[in-house]
Parts: sequence; structure tokens; C-alpha cells
Amino acid sequence: MTRLPVAALAAVLALALSALIPAATAQAQSGPLRIEITEGVIEPLPIAIAPFLTEGSAASALAQDITAVIRADLEGSGLFRAIPERAFISPITSFDSPVQYADWKAINAQGLVTGSVGVSGDRITVSFRLFDIFAEAPLGDGLQFSGTGATWRRLAHKVADQVYARITGEGGYFDSRVVFVAETGPKDARDKRLAVMDYDGANLSYLTDPGTLVLAPRISADGGQVLYTSYASGFPRIMLLDTASLRTRTLENLPDSMTFSPRFSPDGRTVLFSSSRGGNTDLYSMAIDGGAPARLTEAPSIETAPSHAPDGRQIVFESDRSGSPQLYVMPASGGEARRISFGPGRYGTPVWSPRGDLIAFTKQNQGRFHIGVMRPDGSGERLLTASFLDESPTWSPNGRVVMFTRETAGAGGAPGLWSVDITGRNLKRVPTPGPASDPAWSPLLD
Amino acid sequence: MTRSLLIVACCAILGLGACTDRFGGPGSGAGGAGAAGSASDPSSPAYFQQSVGDRVLFAVDESSLNAAARATLTEQARWLQANRAFTAVIEGHADEQGTREYNLALGARRASSVQEFLVSQGVAASRLRTVTYGKERPIEVCSTEGCYAQNRRAVTVLATGGAGA
Repeated sequence: MTRLPVAALAAVLALALSALIPAATAQAQSGPLRIEITEGVIEPLPIAIAPFLTEGSAASALAQDITAVIRADLEGSGLFRAIPERAFISPITSFDSPVQYADWKAINAQGLVTGSVGVSGDRITVSFRLFDIFAEAPLGDGLQFSGTGATWRRLAHKVADQVYARITGEGGYFDSRVVFVAETGPKDARDKRLAVMDYDGANLSYLTDPGTLVLAPRISADGGQVLYTSYASGFPRIMLLDTASLRTRTLENLPDSMTFSPRFSPDGRTVLFSSSRGGNTDLYSMAIDGGAPARLTEAPSIETAPSHAPDGRQIVFESDRSGSPQLYVMPASGGEARRISFGPGRYGTPVWSPRGDLIAFTKQNQGRFHIGVMRPDGSGERLLTASFLDESPTWSPNGRVVMFTRETAGAGGAPGLWSVDITGRNLKRVPTPGPASDPAWSPLLD
Repeated sequence: MTRSLLIVACCAILGLGACTDRFGGPGSGAGGAGAAGSASDPSSPAYFQQSVGDRVLFAVDESSLNAAARATLTEQARWLQANRAFTAVIEGHADEQGTREYNLALGARRASSVQEFLVSQGVAASRLRTVTYGKERPIEVCSTEGCYAQNRRAVTVLATGGAGA
């Protein structure tokens, strides 16, 4: 992987990513870099991220912080390695001066990111350029993002998303939010609150008060609304929360029912959920603005954990109609369902990738839990993790990373958030202030 | 104890048909503390909890009632018929070996099994309501079958007034 132009490296990374899907791998077999890919060795791409320059000394600390966030995003993806600044031969002293490609080649930087930060009142402007060192040319145009001082991390994430996208050919995922359940207290009296944070754990805030059991939130595409299950009434009931005002409302009023597992449709206008009545749990959908819920399944078995395909036309869900929990796909309006999981064990919590190509799920087999992925037709099942208890996967905005809950065993056991890419690499803990569960990852923010 | 008794008094005095305060608190299912009255008074919630038995256990992934569960529930039904001022919320629970939402559905199924049995024994359905806690409120916290067996349970929690809205 040395001495390749960034464009070629982009191809390597694109191949590496497409190798995750066997069909695409077959397609790519004529590529000269195929061997490295099938061996599963993806060396992170060495890049240089020059400390962002400042226009005026007031912004120097901010520029350092922004550079650090960009570096953390890119390295955290597992696809890039930032060359330490002390190895740089020719420091960047001006955003507009020509790049000395030989000096960056000498330290084996494949790409170079340069940038500057300007501050005017409460307005921050971050500009950046990306260079392909071995092609000795810019990779894409320079870009700038601006926002208020409070949004500086988002501006850094947007730069990192651009770098990631230009080099991999895939969308990024850094400028995004995660809603989850923050937990405190002992295992037999856990207190749970909804919380929301940036994908990397920064800017955390709580959305609900302690004292009311809340479960399994989902965040809307614009990050402005959260669906979840609340025991505020003493019984599980789906609720909708506005993240700006923190106002909540109940959505349905089905008689003699408990409702849970709410999900947004891709256009945000419909809510899928489960309703239990008389011990039987079925799937329903309803308009988020109100109206009568429509029943989608009518079986004596458990039907729950629905997830729309990104085009909104199909639903994958979990049902034990065969005798054990398995995954099924049916039209979004209900109707005949097709079973897609056939391996040993029990399958649950299916979540359709925003790319449409994969379904992530929880699998329980021989006393262990796994997060896995399969194609929507059930083929190509691969398990990405294994532990005492892994569950509740959620997709990164680009469909390349899965975040999930991992809970440890025993009286002192506690859940935390973890992420893994769809090759099973780059497994790592997502920082949260305390125990945390049930993550739901937003799309890229506007 | 005192607080629970005050709740009973409050409900009785105000005649609140929809009073949903429960003796054990929501999701408790915890034995001992919380049941009102003296265990030696056969009409007390404490007697119901300790002598009649307020819970039944289930096999892995099952919601069917075994012989021991049916015996306990037969006694529960008899007690409820003799103490008609009480209503009950039946809590269904699961062990941690399952996904959160599936376990909610499983807990609902278990609670419903108990409700159906009690109704079959003559308890008016209007006096019973079910709630599922899935795996959210384990009573035992270890991660072995010994604890899981205690957590796969349905607990009949007494209340006065209506069985909840």
C-alpha cells in the first residue's frame, strides 16, 4: 500500500469496503489489490493533518482543538493513521502557500490535510484543503464551513467527513448524533434517562428526568424528535419527544394495550410500533401526526422490533411464529412475510442499513450474543462480535459502522456503548459518562 | 409500611376508583417489604404475598403454567374472591438472556397467562390488569440459571380501587 496516489488508495479503500459485500468482491476480483483485501489486512492509510492555522492569535487554542477533533474522527474510523506532527519536514505556515510534495512523500504521507480557522465575533469559519501527495495535486476543491462558536466541533466533523468521503468514495458519518439510555443505580433498580450526544460522546445532554423507566429510543432524521418507550403511566407506552423543547406526547391510545418498539419511517411521517394486548404482540403503523393505527400483523405469535428499508417499501421484523425468534421481511403495508434468518440460534432487533444493502441484527446462540449482518434476502450472514450480551445495533449514517449495547455479566454487570465496522474490525468503546444502552444513531446532520 | 397504609386510607376515604398505588411499588416483585398489614391476618396483602404466594415462575422462553404455578394461582384466585376490595396488576418479567423488546413481549405473554388463569377461576377480568417489565426489573442479579429462574416470573401485585386506567 505504499507509494500509491491517493486516487489509487481511494480505490483500495473502496475495494476494501466493497469487499464487505461478497457480490461486490466478486466484481472486484480483477483488481490488482485483491489479495490484500481478501487477507483482510487493511493498513490504515498514513496521512498528514497539518495543525490548522489561525487568523489572529485569539483562535489558536480553537484551531488546535479543531485539528484534534478532525484527527480523532479520521483515526477513529480505523481507516487512517495520522503521522505525528514531529515527523513533519516542512510545516505549513500559510494556508495558501504551495505544498512541498517531496517533503510529505519523504515521510510517506499519502494525503495531506491543511486548514485555517477564522473567528469574527461569535462566527467561526473553518477552511480546509486535501492533497494527494503522490499525484502532487489537490483532491477536490478547498471548502469552508462556518457556524457559531458553539458549533466548532460540528465544523471539525464536517471537515473530517469531507476528507473521509473524498478518499473512500463513501459518505462520512462524523457530523451526527446518538440518542441512548443513560443508566445509574444497581442492576435490580436501574434508573434510566434518555440522553443525546455527538457520535463521539461530546456535547451530551439529558432529555428526560430520572425516575421514569424509558427504553429503546430512536432519533428522527433531523435530530429534532425522539421516539421511545416510557413507563410514565405505569405501563409501557410509546412517546414522542421534541429535543429542543423537551415536550413529550403520547402517540396512540389503543385500549387495553401496552405499546413499545417505536420506529420512524425513513420520511419521518410514519411510526411503526408493537402493541401487546391479551398477551399477544403485533405490529402497527400510524401517522406521526395522529390518526388511527393500522394493524400490520395478525398472528398469535410475537411480532416486534420492526425496521423500514430505506426506500420505505419493506419492513424487517422479529417474530417467533416458527417457534423461536427469527427475522422476517414483509411489505410496509403488511401482508405475507418471508423468513430470512435460518442459521442456528435466535435472531432479533433487525435494523435495515441506510444504504439498503444489509440488515444488522442481534443473534443469541449457545449462551453467547452476537451482532451480525446479512443481506436483506438472508444470505451472506456474518457475525461481527461475540460476548456475554451484545444487542440493539444501530447504523452509522453511511452504513459502514454499527454501534450497539454490550452488557457485562453478574451482579455488577453494566451496559456500555460499543462500535464495530461491518468487517468486524475496529471494535471499540464509545465514551459515555456512565453505563449506557440502546443507542440510536442519527443520519448526517444538515 | 406506614406509607402503604396511608395510601390505603387515602384511597378508601376519597373513594378513588382509579387509584393505582400498589403495595410493592411499580416493578417491585420484591418479596417482604412493602406489603401492608400483618401476615397473620388472612385478609392482608402481606398474607397474600407470603402465605398465598404472589408469584409464579416460568421455564426458559415459556409462558405456559406448570402444576406448581397453577396451584399457586388457584390459591390467588380464592384469595381474590374472598377479598373483593382488591384489584391486582400482574407484572410479567423475563431473565436477561434475550433482547430487550422481545422480552417485553414475552413478559406480556406471561402476565396474560396468569390473568387468563385467574379469570378462569372466577376472578372478574375488570379487577386485573397486566404490565410487562421484560428484563428491566430482575429480582436476582447474578448471571446464572439460579438467578434467571427467579427472574422469569409473573407477580400479582395487589392494589385497591380500579385495576388502572
